[in-house]
Amino acid sequence: MISRRYALIAGALALVAIATPALAQGAVAAQYRWLTFAVFGVIISITMYVTYLAAKRVKNVADFYAAGGGVSGLQNGWAIAGDYLSAASFLGIAGLISLYGYDGFMYSVGWLVAYITVLLVIAEPCRNIGKYTLSDILAYRNNPRAARIVGALSTITVSTFYLTAQMVGGGVLVKTLIGIDYEISVMVVGVLMLAYVLFGGMVATTWVQIIKAILLVTASIMLVILVWTPYGFSLPAFLTAVIGDADVQAQVALLLGDAGKNMSPTELGQRFLEPGLLFKAPIDQISLGMALVFGTAGMPHILMRFFTVPTAQDARKSVIWAMAIIGGFYVLTLFLGMGSAMHVGAVKIKSIDAGGNMAGPLLAQYLGGGPESMLGNLFLAFVAAVAFATIVAVVAGLVLAAASAMAHDLYVGVIREDHVTQEEQVRAARIATVIVGAMAITIGILSKGQNVAHLVALAFAVASSANFPCVLLTLFWKRCNTGGIVLGMIVGTLTAIGLVLVSPNLTYPLAVKAAQEKIVAAESAKLTKFQGDLTAAVEAPAQDKLKADIAKSEKAKAAAEAKIKEIGSDRTSIVGLEKPAFDLRNPGLISIPLGFLAVILGSLLYRDKRSEDMWDELYVRQNTGLLLAKPTAH
Amino acid sequence: MVDTSQVDWKAIDSRPEFQELHRRKMGFLWGLMVFSMFYYFLLPIGAAYFQDLYKIKVWGPVNVGILFALSEFVVAWALAFWYAKRANAEFDPMAAEIVRDAEKYMGGKK
Repeated sequence: MISRRYALIAGALALVAIATPALAQGAVAAQYRWLTFAVFGVIISITMYVTYLAAKRVKNVADFYAAGGGVSGLQNGWAIAGDYLSAASFLGIAGLISLYGYDGFMYSVGWLVAYITVLLVIAEPCRNIGKYTLSDILAYRNNPRAARIVGALSTITVSTFYLTAQMVGGGVLVKTLIGIDYEISVMVVGVLMLAYVLFGGMVATTWVQIIKAILLVTASIMLVILVWTPYGFSLPAFLTAVIGDADVQAQVALLLGDAGKNMSPTELGQRFLEPGLLFKAPIDQISLGMALVFGTAGMPHILMRFFTVPTAQDARKSVIWAMAIIGGFYVLTLFLGMGSAMHVGAVKIKSIDAGGNMAGPLLAQYLGGGPESMLGNLFLAFVAAVAFATIVAVVAGLVLAAASAMAHDLYVGVIREDHVTQEEQVRAARIATVIVGAMAITIGILSKGQNVAHLVALAFAVASSANFPCVLLTLFWKRCNTGGIVLGMIVGTLTAIGLVLVSPNLTYPLAVKAAQEKIVAAESAKLTKFQGDLTAAVEAPAQDKLKADIAKSEKAKAAAEAKIKEIGSDRTSIVGLEKPAFDLRNPGLISIPLGFLAVILGSLLYRDKRSEDMWDELYVRQNTGLLLAKPTAH
Repeated sequence: MVDTSQVDWKAIDSRPEFQELHRRKMGFLWGLMVFSMFYYFLLPIGAAYFQDLYKIKVWGPVNVGILFALSEFVVAWALAFWYAKRANAEFDPMAAEIVRDAEKYMGGKK
């Protein structure tokens, strides 16, 4: 088959690109970089082989979008975990725990609780009435054309936000870890992902997720065993060591500033296990929590996973497995983060990546014997390769979701009104995949250097404010109809995006300028003091220390001045505001209720006979699975 | 494509067996949902407004806050397990019977 040969060529190209000599310096020492490439090569080869096998099984459109409904509950559970444990949650949460202790751990809880919503109200009904996409569910009893258009647009919006964050995050990550150029990293991620999706469709995407999730969990268990063994697997003994560590105490002192001045080292250490080091605004926390617990259930690439299993029972089983894997992983992350805070230290973690994303990988390096050792670098290489596989796999899932919205909903459903042959549908799916993939690579490269961390939060905000109310109410509320779906999607999406655009997430030049001016003033005051001290100092060591201090202050002052100059005469953020018009970083608290309200109002104000007539059918089917199509035999 | 037009959905919906399934399932589902949301949001709210409580040490350096956060995992797993158990033992057989009956009416056509 031609397509299989192309899959191999694409894989070989990706390998060559990865093996291109790296230019910049990464976390992996230069003499051990070959080790990283070797581990990368092995993992990519395995996934490519799986794609090759999968390509043989993709015969029709059901295979491409939903793996022919032939995935088992256990397999799907691992795949959901693979989809969900993106670089943001896998590297990000360990990083937050390593820098902020308790608050980081508290943050991880919402990501698990989210699956309760998925389990109770989404997974089984979606399996029973859905086919390939989120819009299939919306179109069931509502005007199919209207429902498909708003559903597809929302799917593409959510996926693009998430995709951009993953591409940029992935590019930065690979550069930080092994020093490959940003642009090359983004392209390698893009080409590999395209190879998986294009040739293997959902079959390959599922298996890549499973392989990656197993690698991730194995690596984490291994590291936790290493970090916990010295303390006899006792939680109090381990945490006693963490809070007794000078690095941890210094980090808490730094975070507390003046408030921590009168605290003893023991008190500072204990403070690491108490809330409040990261989250200062409780309302914002609750808002983020809402976006997580309702947004996950509205994520198109997560919803899509339930169409790959044959029955509602398997859908249920897969969520239970996913919850066990994801929850277990976050508990492991507690040890990784705390271990990293103690063994690596916040200063070193932040020196490589300010957001703390390198906490896990650096802990791996330490546990293997440190930066100079072969084993330490092998560990680091392994974790780096898993992180890379994570990004490729998550991006593959997202691209498949966006491509299915484009091809299945917009092209086949709306433009061609379902008069399409199987061959044409598969071709449309592949073309859409290439379009979305090319778009992802382009956006990834164009967004170089942009702050994209808030894009993940934005994706969850749209999913929870638009997709979730629409899906939930069309499944469970008899009166819900086309008017509600259309209004809910529009209001939910626009308020979520609109509120973020006027929130503190954006850069406000005046605020940045004021902060930098403060630094300049503080450093200038310090300089005057140091210079006075210098003339008074008589001993050589004291003079040397002061000279070093002066040099440091001058450097900090110059950096702040450069930033002020860079801002120049800019006064407003990209939407033209001098300061945030909305105080919350996470819009969920406002936009989720508004989304629900819009669906309800839209439904009440609009008459739609079809939505009413179809209610009995939808409700009976979503509860019983009657007439559920049997999986295609392979 | 499955043809859904040959089934009298209204008749199935109004059957007592289906109404019973609907009643039991909805009460259970929404009860669990409300409880899980309540228990989850207690964590960040408590962390913001009851910090002194979270700071009480109970097991070496392990404080109430850490135990509470860990309990969130246990509670989430327990709820999921409880739901799965009841769905397997109760809802699935009920749904299966409704499907069997419906298929009989359709004269085995499928």
